[in-house]
Order: sequence, then structure tokens, then C-alpha cells
Amino acid sequence: MPKLPKPEELSKISLIPPEKSWMDAPAEIREGMFCHPAKVKELEAVSFPNAHKWSVMDKDWNLPVDWKEIFLNGIKERLLRYRSFHVFMDICVRCGACADKCHFYISTGDPKNMPVLRAELLRSIYRKYFTASGKIFGKFAGARELTEDVLKELWYYYYQCTECRRCSLFCPYGIDQAEITMIGREITNLLGLNIGWIGGPVANSFRTGNHLGLEPHTLKNIMETLADDIEEVTGIRIDPPINKKGAEVLFVAPSGDLFGDPGVYTAMGYLMLMHEIGLDYTWSTYASEGGNFGFFTSMEMAKRLNSKVYAEAKRLGVKWILGGECGHMWRVWHQFMNTWNGPPDFLEEPVSPITGTKFESAKSAKVVHIMEFVADLIKHGKLKFDPSRNDHLKVTFHDSCNTARGMGIFEEPRYVIKSVCNHFHEMPEETIRERTFCCGSGSGLNASENMELRLRGGFPRASAVKYVRERHGVNMLANICALDRAAFPPLMNYWVPGVDVAGIHELVGNALVMEGEGERTMNLRLETLPGKEEAEDV
Amino acid sequence: MPMYDFQGKQIELDDDGFLLNLDDWSKELAIDMAGKEGIELTEAHWEVINFLKDYYKKYQIAPMIKVLVKEMGKMMGKDKGNTKYLYQLFPAGPAVQACKYAGLPKPTGCV
Repeated sequence: MPKLPKPEELSKISLIPPEKSWMDAPAEIREGMFCHPAKVKELEAVSFPNAHKWSVMDKDWNLPVDWKEIFLNGIKERLLRYRSFHVFMDICVRCGACADKCHFYISTGDPKNMPVLRAELLRSIYRKYFTASGKIFGKFAGARELTEDVLKELWYYYYQCTECRRCSLFCPYGIDQAEITMIGREITNLLGLNIGWIGGPVANSFRTGNHLGLEPHTLKNIMETLADDIEEVTGIRIDPPINKKGAEVLFVAPSGDLFGDPGVYTAMGYLMLMHEIGLDYTWSTYASEGGNFGFFTSMEMAKRLNSKVYAEAKRLGVKWILGGECGHMWRVWHQFMNTWNGPPDFLEEPVSPITGTKFESAKSAKVVHIMEFVADLIKHGKLKFDPSRNDHLKVTFHDSCNTARGMGIFEEPRYVIKSVCNHFHEMPEETIRERTFCCGSGSGLNASENMELRLRGGFPRASAVKYVRERHGVNMLANICALDRAAFPPLMNYWVPGVDVAGIHELVGNALVMEGEGERTMNLRLETLPGKEEAEDV
Repeated sequence: MPMYDFQGKQIELDDDGFLLNLDDWSKELAIDMAGKEGIELTEAHWEVINFLKDYYKKYQIAPMIKVLVKEMGKMMGKDKGNTKYLYQLFPAGPAVQACKYAGLPKPTGCV
């Protein structure tokens, strides 16, 4: 593992551009800034082409002999298939509005991390082989030959983009840089150049149903462990329903919530909430993943993995689907699922059985976000809370890129937090809601070998947290994404020590007053609540 | 792909130094790997490693740290069922270091 620089060193960022033009300055590939290659067996498990052994720092990447042809055909096919991609290759006027909006550019000062230049890495190849001006005028028309160095550079920088789409928000043409990155990754994926942190979860998801490879009996065991802890905290025994045919609602959460810390406390919150409202619902061991790392490899792979959710809803005979606190799952569910694997006409238009509310926005895809569901319960007075149990927390909220820019869910999480916590403070306006800054580890980049990249990428977000910590003493960063829950603990430890990380449902679970519960002396992490130390000793 | 030279055999590792094939694991290999990182495997270490191996056999994944702590506590008593104790044995983190010596793959995803 490469050694990490200290925060003082890492935050020294030079924004002076190099003297040479970008085409003449080859990429300097550096340890700490990239992820390890995917394992051959993982890529082969889902029939990805050209799986082979290679190493990023090696001169020779063991590419297939006809790699150039594969790459150019890859572009060609996608130009024909995606009108959006073709338009994005042509219309940029290089105004630079996107340049300083990217967390990776802000934190590296590397011009190739400007979204405009990241896109130019691919556009220059497009021009050379697919436009008349590029073919004739070459470099003068911004075109360049596809060489191994050009390919390596493109790979390196397309895995330094988290597909967060903050730049797109500021683009006057609405060019979606995330889609350009996605296509760039799709094409390099044709050459077997994927990363392990994506390849592993994709293979696991395909075979077992979730990124971690949790098998049915493992999921059951974990849920029982969580139920044990809930019993210890509340005195109430919960029996989580799994694969229950005929349940009204299928619940799908990111698998990180059933394994990671602090994700598991969020899962405990889900279990407590569903129990308290008496929802007729079920978890599934087949569709046991909300996230979809396939989305970071190719559209086809994402579609294949996503198909399990509707298939399972059909098999179990549920009426509609409720989705947990996950980030990119919602970009997929909100913007792609219905046309990829739907419309799910075997499901009903979602109606909350507790409040009777019709979820109009979920009419077609039949998937409801848990924040909408809970906010509705609270609005109708169906839940009782004791927010004082969260009084030791000063909370701020990080809008996940995908729920914010991918589906526009802004108010519900805030409404829920304010209902269960007495101390809430917003980060500066230009860093929240649709302008939220990425955690720096999204789109499958939350490995450990690229920690420098992650800490850099999360620097703008961490700076905003630091701002509210210094002004209001914020000590809890709430979020609604499993990747956030995995990415933020090391990020906070590094830049803003003293700030903890929690999913909103952990806060909900702690404040929720359940029927028949004993006096709470511990939170869901089994830590003694402030002021309850004596009760604990008795 | 890195290789590990052990008793004249080349053993395949992944880029994080974990065994690529669980079948390559042996007690002697674990002792050798730990030794190279300056750790002498004692009875206490083996308790953890054996627990991990048994758990993996049953569940096909390394246990999350919460489960490891809890189960160690149940089996070996409260003084061993805590994070501090496990970190004393495996300073680089029980999830990483102990799993590596036990030959288990590292979990990937949103964790």
C-alpha cells in the first residue's frame, strides 16, 4: 500500500497548468491514484471479453493484438446506439464552466481532471477516426492518434471520475460527463481493463445476488445477529421476514448495510421501523442488492444485474418495491430500470398501507424510496420519536450525488432528520442539494490502494464538513448511501477527526419509540447513552 | 500478479497480498506470511485464525468485525471478545491481517 501524505501536504494544490499543451504532456501514472486490475476469474464469471492478467505500473498491459480495432469499433457501436453520446462528442465549446466544479480537479490541480479535458481525452480519438476535420487536419482540429499511451491515459483518468455529475449541472449545454466516463469505461472494459473493486462485486452480484457474495444462510445469520442487538437495546425481538411469498412489499437495500460498519446500524433501523409499523414486507436473498456495480462496467451488465429485482418481485407476488438508503441504486432505479426491465405491469401502483398515500412519482417503475415512505409516515403522525436520545449529536446531512442529482430527493431526508434529531446544521449552500460534493469514492472507486485519490476527491466535501464542525460543533455526518457510509469514516478521520458517520435510519432507530420497549440506555452501536451511565450499571 | 515464494513453490497472490486460491493455504504458509510481517503466530492468534476459517467454511465470507468480536466473546470469554484485544494481535486490523493469514479473500463492495 503506498504511503499516505499528511493532510498539510495533500492540501497543497498547485493550479498552475503545465507549460506543454495537454496532448504533448503524457500522463504520469502514480501509485495511490488508481485501483488494482480485476481478477481474470471475476471477469470471466460474467463473460466479459479479453479477461487477462496485467498490472497498471507495467509498461506492457498485455492487450489483445487487435486492441485498437476493438476500441474503435467500441466507439462506433456506441455512437450509433446512443444519440446522447454522439451529441456530447460534438457540442462542447470548451467554455470551461465545468472545470472547477470537479472535486478531483479542485483537489489535484491536474488539468486532465477538468471534466472538459477528461472528455477531450476521448473526443480527440473520436475526431481522428470519425470526423472529416479530424481526419484531414489532425492535431489542429483537436484530433489525435490512438496509441497505447493514449489508451493508458484515458483509462487512468476515467477511473479518476466518480460519475457524480456535478460538472453536468453547470454545463450550459447539459453535457453529461458521467455518461462520457461510462462509455469510456465500457470501451476499456472491452479490452479486459476493469478494476478489482468493480469486477469482484459484479461477479458476486451475478452469482450470489449481492456485491459481497452473502449467501442466503449468511444473510439470515447476519439479520439474526442484528435482531439480537436490537433485542439487547429495546427488549423487543424482531423476526426479519425473508423470501416471504405473498408479502405486500419487497424491500431491497444495499448489501453494504448488512456487512459494513456503520452500515449495519442503518439496517437495524430498517428492521425496527418495519416492525413498528407492522408492514407486511419481505427481504429477498435473490434480489439482495440495491447497488449495481454493473453500472460501472456496461449498460448490458447493469441491466442483467438489475433484472433480478423485478424477477424476484414477480416470483414473490408482492404489490410494489421499497428501496433502502443507497446511492447509485437510485440513479439506476429512477432513470433506467423501468425501460430496461420494465414496465412491471404485474405490480400495483404503490400505496402506503399505513397512511393510504399514493406515491405518484413511483407510478410507473413501482419503486419507492424509503425516505419518501418514512417522511410520509411522520407527516401522518404514525411514528413516535424521542429525539432527545440523539441530543449528543450535532448532525449535518450529505446529499448523495445520485439521490440528489439523479432523482432530486432533497427535502425528505432533511425532514426525517429534523424529526428525530434536535440539532441539525446545513453545510454551505454551494455544497449541498443539487450542488452537493461527491464523497470522492463513488462509482466503484472505494478500494484501499487508491486511498490518496479518495482522500483528495473527498477534500471539498470534507472542507464543508469542517466548516460546520468549527461553527456549530457538528459531530455526525448523516447520509443515505452505503458507499458514503464506507467512504466517509476514513475521509473524516483524515480531514475532520471527531466527525462520525451514520445512515439516517440509524438515527431513526435510535429515536423511535417502540411499543413495549424497555428504557433505552444504549444506542444501536451498543454504546451507553449520555446520562444513562447509572442505569447501565444497575 | 504478485507471487509468493514458499518452500520452492510459487503461490499466486492478489494485488493486496491475499491468496488467490484458498487451496494453497497451509499452516506453515500462514506462519511464514506472518513472520515476514514481524508477527509470530501464538495460540491466541490461532484462535482467531481458526475461527475465521470455520466461519468462512460455513458462510463463504469473512465475518464482519461485529460478528467476529461477538463470537470470540461467546467462545473465549469477554476479555477476548473486544476490538482492542483483536487489534493487539493483528495491528494492521483483524479484518485485513487475520483474514490474510487465514487465506480468506477480502470482501469488496460498499464496505
